[in-house]
Amino acid sequence: MRWKSADYSGWGRALRASGELARPESRSALAALLADTPAPAIGNRRSYGDACLNNDGKAIDMTRLDRFLDFNPETGVLSVEAGLSLGEITRIMAPRGWLPAVLPGTGFATVGGAIAHDVHGKNHHGAGSFGQHVQALTLINAQGAVRVTPGDEALFKATMGGLGQTGAIASAELKLARCKGDIVTVTERRVENLDEYLDLLDKSEATYCVGWIDATARGANLGRGILEEAETGAGLVPPAKSSKSIPVDAPGFALSSAVVKLFNAAYFRRVPARGRSVVKPISDFFFPLDRIHDWNRLYGKRGFHQFQCVVPLAETEALREMLSRISDSGRASPLAVLKRMGPGRAGYMSFPMEGYTLAVDIPNRDGAERLIKQLEDITAEAQGRIYLAKDSLSSRERVRAMYPEYELWAAEVAKADPDGAFATDMIRRLGLRDTA
Amino acid sequence: MSDTWIILGATSSMARSFIRDLAAQGDGLLLAGRNMAELESLAQDCKLRGATMAEPLAFDARDPSCFAAIIERAAQDTGTLNAAVFVGSMPDQSEIDADPALVDGTVTDSFTGPARFLQMLAPVLEDRGAGIVVGVGSVAGDRGRIGNYVYGAAKAGFATYLSGLRNRLGRSGVHVMTVKPGPVDTAMTWGLGAMPFMTSPDAVSRDILKGIRKKRNVVYTAGIWRLVMLVIRTIPEPIFKKMSI
Repeated sequence: MRWKSADYSGWGRALRASGELARPESRSALAALLADTPAPAIGNRRSYGDACLNNDGKAIDMTRLDRFLDFNPETGVLSVEAGLSLGEITRIMAPRGWLPAVLPGTGFATVGGAIAHDVHGKNHHGAGSFGQHVQALTLINAQGAVRVTPGDEALFKATMGGLGQTGAIASAELKLARCKGDIVTVTERRVENLDEYLDLLDKSEATYCVGWIDATARGANLGRGILEEAETGAGLVPPAKSSKSIPVDAPGFALSSAVVKLFNAAYFRRVPARGRSVVKPISDFFFPLDRIHDWNRLYGKRGFHQFQCVVPLAETEALREMLSRISDSGRASPLAVLKRMGPGRAGYMSFPMEGYTLAVDIPNRDGAERLIKQLEDITAEAQGRIYLAKDSLSSRERVRAMYPEYELWAAEVAKADPDGAFATDMIRRLGLRDTA
Repeated sequence: MSDTWIILGATSSMARSFIRDLAAQGDGLLLAGRNMAELESLAQDCKLRGATMAEPLAFDARDPSCFAAIIERAAQDTGTLNAAVFVGSMPDQSEIDADPALVDGTVTDSFTGPARFLQMLAPVLEDRGAGIVVGVGSVAGDRGRIGNYVYGAAKAGFATYLSGLRNRLGRSGVHVMTVKPGPVDTAMTWGLGAMPFMTSPDAVSRDILKGIRKKRNVVYTAGIWRLVMLVIRTIPEPIFKKMSI
């Protein structure tokens, strides 16, 4: 297998790596490669920080291992190679009435990446996390190819949300969910402030429920936004608009605080005061930003951070405090999301807990780190946790404190990968494989 | 009624994207190549993506004895029969310079093997009075260059063959389209360093499908290569022979 020298980064582009990448195109080539040169497996690099980076080392690009392997229409169990993207599964299966049970905000995420981060979606309150719908998977590690099912409790739980440290995820069997068709009916309504927001999130009975939040709003408007509630359905709508791409890095002023404020105010008023229901292609609802390829370049060449935390339901004051800090800092971008999570999680290092999750993009400019540290402090104080798929700035002590099952994960990882062959930049930065 | 496609060299990165697009249209697929395990896995992938039929078939450009079985199998299906040829091999020119015997295999894989196959298939297509033949050549065939002139010569031969086949089959309502890709991001080019105007297998497939819809004769992909090769072809030989591009 030929290796290619490459400079690459996660989606946030604030952290970068240079190293050698191989890209096998068949499972036999992958097995041969891992037997010879075990290295972390990476997908479409949609995690934001350094979970998908191995600076000065090797990594295996899984994106050409993207075959459908089997589907049982009786049980809804779909078997696929791990480099297949969730958007591709959606595109092929939704017209036949099946959907991945959990879809994150981008369809470019691969099945392997979705497992390694135990991702959640707009239906987390009802459906739980991605890993809860994984029936089996094949790992390739020091023991060779290993089939893992939820019955192998410790290894399964160390793999779901396990940052790829138990071995390369080669294939997986996913229990799909029934859907009525490949359109969604979305009801959008304006929400005037945080209290109203939390109230609506608590009361929502929709299958899919998520809210955009205007992270620049202050005072009486703090926490205003647009709540989206959706159900899948059958019908005919115009096809999804063709995708555009951002060809160059935007200059720094493109997302200056004045521009973001204006944009957000207009975006808020896009939805009429009385709300509205719209019908869209399924991918437009689940993956709204995928139509703009390389949208991360809007943040310029220094990239950006995404801060995402979850805090318990009772900690609404922590949310208010975080939103105040963000709007006062003038560093927010238009992209900010608030959602209520259920308790569902599949692994020791899974992010979800029952509570409210807040995600905000913050351009990588002076002061961004300080702001994110403050937000982390508030999260920790509230007994919440931050999401490792988004993290690029946290610390060893903080992560260990926020993930109470860390020790169980570490013990299992030490067995599955005794030589640390699958360690990534994130693992080293956060000292997650250190034995002390 | 969906079409049936014979795909030669079905496991190549470029073929795989094209085959998947055909599968999504609900076409039937006869997937021919050397690695049967890979072909079976590909056939299964295609069926799950919507192909009405997908069968693996053994094909080796260097073994003409396997050709007839494929054509017989294809002739069993009524309806429109099409063929797409993705076979070819590109040993490093320096390896060929060191071992001139490699010329034969390169020419067989990229030109004479597929040409002989198409020659056998032509009467079947003429009988049906319809169908499409897609032949994948290369921009390397447009001018012999120091870096890969044996591969280029084989692809040039194949392109000339396709032009003649187009001339013949066009009279029976069969359309022959020549595809000339520039560098494509495949296993073959992975790690060979930066290449100009590189495109992806998915984009090549889109260009082929668009070319078929528009009944184009020769398609360059990425499209810019039509212009680039026009310029390269017009460089006078006395100057070109001193260049290393």
